[in-house]
Amino acid sequence: MSSEPGTQAPQPADTGDVSAGAATGGGELREAGLWKDAWRQLRRNPLFLASSFTIAVFGLMAAFPRLFLWFYPGNSSPRSCSLSNSVGRPSATAWFGFDLQGCDYYTQVVYGAKVSMIVGIATVIVAGSIAVVFGSLAGYYGGNIDTLISRITDIWFGIPLILGAIVFLNAIGERGLFQVTLVLVAFSWMTMLRLMRSATIEKRDADFVDAARALGASTSRIIIKHILPNAIAPVIVYGTIFVGIVISVEATLSFLGVGLQLPAITWGLMINSSFRRILQVPHLLIFPGVFLSIVVLAFIVMGDALRDALDPRLR
Amino acid sequence: MTADDTSTPDWEQSLDEEVGLDPGAEHLLDVRDLHVEFPTDYGVVNAVNGLSYTLDRGETLAILGESGSGKSVSALAVMGIIDKPGRIPKGEVYLQGVDLLQLPERQLRDIRGERIAMIFQDALTALNPVYSVGWQIAEMYRKHRGTDKKEAFAKAAELMDRVRIPSAKRRIDEYPHQFSGGMRQRVMIAMALALDPDVLIADEPTTALDVTVQAQVMRLLSDLQDETGMGMILITHDLGVVAEVCDNVNVMYAGRVMERAKIHDLYAEPAHPYTLGLMRSIPRADQKGRPLDPIRGQPPNLAAIPSGCEFHPRCNFAEDKCTVEEPPLYRVDEHRRSACHFWEEVLRVGQRQDH
Amino acid sequence: MGKYAARRMLQLIPVFFGATLLIFAMVYLIPGDPVRALFGERQVSQETLDAIRDRYNLNDPFLVQYGKYMGVIPDGEEGLSGVFQGDFGEDFRGRAVWDIMKQRFPVTIRLTVVAIIVQSVIGITAGVLAGIRRNSFMDNLVLVSTTAIVAIPLFVMEFGAQLGFGLELGWFPIAGLRQGWFSYVLPSIMLAIISLAYVARLTRTSIVENIRADYVRTAKAKGMSSQRVVGRHVLRNSLIPVVTFIGVDFGALLGGAIVTETIFNLPGVGRAVFEAVNQREGAVVVGIITVLVIIFLLANLLVDLFYGVLDPRIRYE
Repeated sequence: MSSEPGTQAPQPADTGDVSAGAATGGGELREAGLWKDAWRQLRRNPLFLASSFTIAVFGLMAAFPRLFLWFYPGNSSPRSCSLSNSVGRPSATAWFGFDLQGCDYYTQVVYGAKVSMIVGIATVIVAGSIAVVFGSLAGYYGGNIDTLISRITDIWFGIPLILGAIVFLNAIGERGLFQVTLVLVAFSWMTMLRLMRSATIEKRDADFVDAARALGASTSRIIIKHILPNAIAPVIVYGTIFVGIVISVEATLSFLGVGLQLPAITWGLMINSSFRRILQVPHLLIFPGVFLSIVVLAFIVMGDALRDALDPRLR
Repeated sequence: MTADDTSTPDWEQSLDEEVGLDPGAEHLLDVRDLHVEFPTDYGVVNAVNGLSYTLDRGETLAILGESGSGKSVSALAVMGIIDKPGRIPKGEVYLQGVDLLQLPERQLRDIRGERIAMIFQDALTALNPVYSVGWQIAEMYRKHRGTDKKEAFAKAAELMDRVRIPSAKRRIDEYPHQFSGGMRQRVMIAMALALDPDVLIADEPTTALDVTVQAQVMRLLSDLQDETGMGMILITHDLGVVAEVCDNVNVMYAGRVMERAKIHDLYAEPAHPYTLGLMRSIPRADQKGRPLDPIRGQPPNLAAIPSGCEFHPRCNFAEDKCTVEEPPLYRVDEHRRSACHFWEEVLRVGQRQDH
Repeated sequence: MGKYAARRMLQLIPVFFGATLLIFAMVYLIPGDPVRALFGERQVSQETLDAIRDRYNLNDPFLVQYGKYMGVIPDGEEGLSGVFQGDFGEDFRGRAVWDIMKQRFPVTIRLTVVAIIVQSVIGITAGVLAGIRRNSFMDNLVLVSTTAIVAIPLFVMEFGAQLGFGLELGWFPIAGLRQGWFSYVLPSIMLAIISLAYVARLTRTSIVENIRADYVRTAKAKGMSSQRVVGRHVLRNSLIPVVTFIGVDFGALLGGAIVTETIFNLPGVGRAVFEAVNQREGAVVVGIITVLVIIFLLANLLVDLFYGVLDPRIRYE
């Protein structure tokens, strides 16, 4: 209802449809519209701004932990611990207290951000790329390629993320950042692939794609320039939320003892190592637990905001 | 099946008494100065602005208008099923002398389906996809009349037979998606007619169908009307459909009636510039070669309806008066009204054009 | 419906073999000495390694190894003895993995069954209440609380519940099974809670979409009460995606059971996996997870069939 009342534009009235002109624009035009509209809406969404800010803070914490420690009155070195401080309570000089080994818990928690952020983001980027490439191929070409890719996806779906990760990681001796990320990638690409595939199928036969094809655009150009920008939104929404979930899963695996190994500093391991005594020293749970929850929450809220902006139907 | 037809009058009678319906009322349905508005982010949208009409037993009344003219919304208002946040700030809807808008929801619910029924445009989406068609028809008997399940399904099968669905008994357990468009619309019709309503509102009943099927469905509707003597309101944007089955026509624009006429008069000599425009914008076999002449401009923004006559910005007859003074429904002749200050001039132009 | 069910079951077969093959491959095909990998950092003698190598038929081609493990290819004098015959091998102490599972599974089954009931009943109810009145207090309450629940990792939440409801308030046993069925209440709720949040959100979205559907208008025009419109017409349509979700999510529930049993010290298969991981009992881990995957696939089959009941369009595809 944006048209002015009684516009005198010399247009044929028989269409009676104000949007008819706008709906037939080219793919790139539509895409620009979708993302531009989304951005305009996101800029005004306080939840999006708050979650971006939080993610930025934790990003900095992961990249430059010293930024969060130079002003800290306690022991700001994560590796110099003294058993005499073991399970010391929080105080003015040790904000979060000490863990079982007597390491400063604030410093530990700050250094713990790195693993969570790297594993979470790297997993989703790699798994997402696999999903986008194979999902759009399956969706665009259909036929045997689609059958093959879809059946493999079905089989992989038969193994739940945490169960698969436990078996795999249990079998691997050395578990560092790289191995954990790889295993998480191996069991987390399926949902995004399915999203990408169905979005591609939906756009494949859209008028603007037909138009591009009629104009002689090559297949790769059609997929990359016309279908991808229009079909990738669900993957981006899910991927954003999934970063949070992967961070949560990584912590769970560390907690179960199949994630990263000591001496790596991760929030999951921190909770794991004080696991048996957590009822006596709850601060060892609370601080990494709260940091973990805030990061995960930030990604989930950001994903929700993205979905609201990119999929107006759900509003 | 035992003879169960005797139960129907009891139901009707008890509803009459409870609600106070008077079968001897002057009109079957009498809508007066109906307004419907929707508050939105961009202001209040006035979908219906002072709509009035009457419908008698056995009459077929067309409500003709473009999309956005308020024709469907006014029907939903008569049914009392406007979705929130829509509201009816003003107006009366008398069914046999009782103002439905004043009735409590409980009684309205009994009237819906029982006395006023409605069929919708796209039967594929208007039927519930997860219940069998038999179930959906039987629901009318089961919930309104407390008929037991077996009997209700038997009646549903009869009804499907009556709307000429082939092998109705076998298809009763099938689902809407298993029917063709035309058959699906028949299921809708069967459902609406289950309880022998007095008023049937058909909202674009054939728009979603193929042309050949359209004719069959319209024929069926008009046959059924002859059988039952119900009053029928046909909402449509299709002048052809109107010509086939209707007695009277209300032409709506911007939520208000522009012209009311016998169908023949409307075609022969429109008394409103909007109707005239509509007539000129359809291709006609007898006027080959003549360029089509669409109405200029855009349908009105219902959140900011033009002052005076709603149609004046698009009207070739408009003068200063039209921008300030809203025309009443002028009496043209006994059956005919026009909401145009210059209806006489319009009539003359219309007549000249036809020769 | 019969044809639909048969097709679903047929589709399950390749997925079943594919998934179990995948698990098998992960353990026995990864680079390095698979037998060493089974032991992790443990010290083992060469004889043990050879014995294991022999027992697991590691000198056979990979697919033959898999066939023997699953019990579709005869294994020497033992004949067919594998997963299909209930033979999951032995742990390092010589206990049959099958016996461990027989002992442990009842606990896990009780835990997950209660969890599924909790997540379905509470989740769907909350979702419906939120969805039928958008932007109401209830709606916002559901949105905020479910977001918070999803964000907090399960094991953190479970420790929190243990500390709060178990230790501080004393409402529930802190751990173990000493109080019979009552011991299952808190762990089941905690196991269900994340899925519950998803179910509530999904139900809400689905209700919000369906309540605007054309068939809802029809039902109102038919003179149906609003309870009936929501309860029969909207709900049935809205539950279709929710049921699918509960099936797919069943895997996460099984993963969650490992965490929950560990924290609440319940002697189910989840804790058995946790212990086996820490003790590097590869055969136990693989055996139990194979069975969990089978349960997951069967649960999905069940959900698919129920899905067909709910949505006739799928049944007659």
